[in-house]
Amino acid sequence: MHRYIIRRLLLMIPTLLGVAILIFVLMRLLPGDIVEIRLASEGAYVSQETINKERARLGLDKPLWRQFLDWLWGVARFDLGQSMWTGRAITYEIGIRFQLSLQIAIMATLVAVILAIPLGTLAALKQDTWVDYAVRVFSIAGLATPSFWLGILILLTFLIFFRWAPPMVYTPIWVDPVANLSQLTWPALATGYRYSAVVMRMTRSSVLEVLREDYIRTARAKGLWERLILVRHALKNAMLPVLTVTGLEFAFLIGGLVVTEQVFNLNGLGKLFVDAVGHHDYTLVQGLVLLVAFVFAFTNLVVDVLYAWLDPRIRYQ
Amino acid sequence: MATRETVVAPPPSPLEVPPRARWWRAVGRFVRQKPLGTGGAAIVLFMILVAVFADVLAPYDPLDTDYLNMFSPPSYHHWLGTDDFGRDILSRLIYGSRTALLVGFVSAFLGATLGLIIGVASAYFGGTTDLLVQRVLDVFLSFPLIILALAVVAVFGTGVGNVILAITIPLIPRCARVVRSSALAIRAIPYVDAARACGFSHWRIILRHMLPNVVAPYLIMLTAFQGQAILLEASLSFLGLGVQEPVPAWGLMLRGGAEQYAESAPWMAIFPGLAISLAVFAFNIFGDALRDVLDPRLRGTT
Repeated sequence: MHRYIIRRLLLMIPTLLGVAILIFVLMRLLPGDIVEIRLASEGAYVSQETINKERARLGLDKPLWRQFLDWLWGVARFDLGQSMWTGRAITYEIGIRFQLSLQIAIMATLVAVILAIPLGTLAALKQDTWVDYAVRVFSIAGLATPSFWLGILILLTFLIFFRWAPPMVYTPIWVDPVANLSQLTWPALATGYRYSAVVMRMTRSSVLEVLREDYIRTARAKGLWERLILVRHALKNAMLPVLTVTGLEFAFLIGGLVVTEQVFNLNGLGKLFVDAVGHHDYTLVQGLVLLVAFVFAFTNLVVDVLYAWLDPRIRYQ
Repeated sequence: MATRETVVAPPPSPLEVPPRARWWRAVGRFVRQKPLGTGGAAIVLFMILVAVFADVLAPYDPLDTDYLNMFSPPSYHHWLGTDDFGRDILSRLIYGSRTALLVGFVSAFLGATLGLIIGVASAYFGGTTDLLVQRVLDVFLSFPLIILALAVVAVFGTGVGNVILAITIPLIPRCARVVRSSALAIRAIPYVDAARACGFSHWRIILRHMLPNVVAPYLIMLTAFQGQAILLEASLSFLGLGVQEPVPAWGLMLRGGAEQYAESAPWMAIFPGLAISLAVFAFNIFGDALRDVLDPRLRGTT
């Protein structure tokens, strides 16, 4: 098992290296570099000399391969460098927003799992009845509803019916749980609905598949209580693929919440990404994208390891 | 029992039934077996007609501003009200369906087709090629859809053409992954090697002998992508990084005024979102039904 984990961690390196190259190249393809954007926004005349000096300060005068290797060498030492726009450390810029994004991702996962697993199982048990149709329509509607629109509707409902708007400023949950939850519950609900639809569909089809297995028939044949068959035999096995989609979606929520954050005016990783791209803040975008890709690869690994732990038939070499 | 039935009633051979009749029969069976999916297909058809006949159907010019009638609520003259420029919302929704369907169809088609070719070629050549292609796909798959699309838009700029590009690129690896796994099974069947032994070129084998056998996953991804592409376009436009004003687009209609004046003019925020949801919903239930009919094993891949 340890050897498997180590091999998987090593396999992450080429993928992350690919991500690093891709985002590095994409950022350099942006029209106009950060120095021009920043100095242009100040409006006054700037001499070429100033521009050159600023480029040299940020290390942008070096050849591209050199810039890339410098950056990579930093990453290898867990040093993502400084934001070219604010001058603060990138770990700091990401750190202050990571809390918020992580909390929304966790809360959305809770919403999704609490909704999806009972409803998905119910739909599978009552296959092709009106219950099944209702659950499926509910879940397909979840896939179809843009979460930003759902967010607008939630805010609208509060404004029109309760004349209330969620607080604008982020409070960490350990400082004031009420203020924290009254701000973050709504974006978590808006994203959780779509998320639950994905998990619900997987739960339904997975339970359906397991219920057709021979050992379920055997369990029924020996007269086992139906509820026990469902919980002890069917659900336990059906949960593996559900775990995979839950993990994937969770990984994508960190950093992938761009639009929902916009609606709820949240200062999370998605907004940081959009702003950084707008500023052509090379180092910040690179660091952020690498982090998102790492979270994704790492979550995949955790899911696979959980598989072996949950299902004794799976043994990795 | 099921196996005996297939023995008793073998599928009609292509020689006995003319192609047209087979086609109608398949549609008829689909309608009977999949009422939900048929409903979805009907909505999709309806939207295509709306988009095609937008000029006839729309009561107003979608770009006509009318500053005397800003924020008017739904009424006899403006069925769905007007926006912050006094533009008729129904007309903008009708013309917006053109943007949504254009972006949806073109990027889903390009994404699925390029993915199909990459997936099949990767499975056919196997070995090092396959390994390399899979690693490159891994790289693209480790971005959330929207992040990759945003990066592409940042490089190439906004506007309909670039939005299509930005949506196509993240879709390609998703289709290639699924197609590859089906193509691997086809690759193992000896007729592929037989074709090679006949001296056919690689591309001929890929295009003529392998592609037709992975049409089912391709069609399934194609329909699933329509909905995703429409959602993604709406998200990009909503962020102001997609289709640009004054082109009528549903996501764009939710931006700016719709949010700002949501309290006093909620119709501006409600109807465009409904249009997006309905469109994606229709494509999804149609796609689901199609998947069940074509290849139930692919459940959960889209």
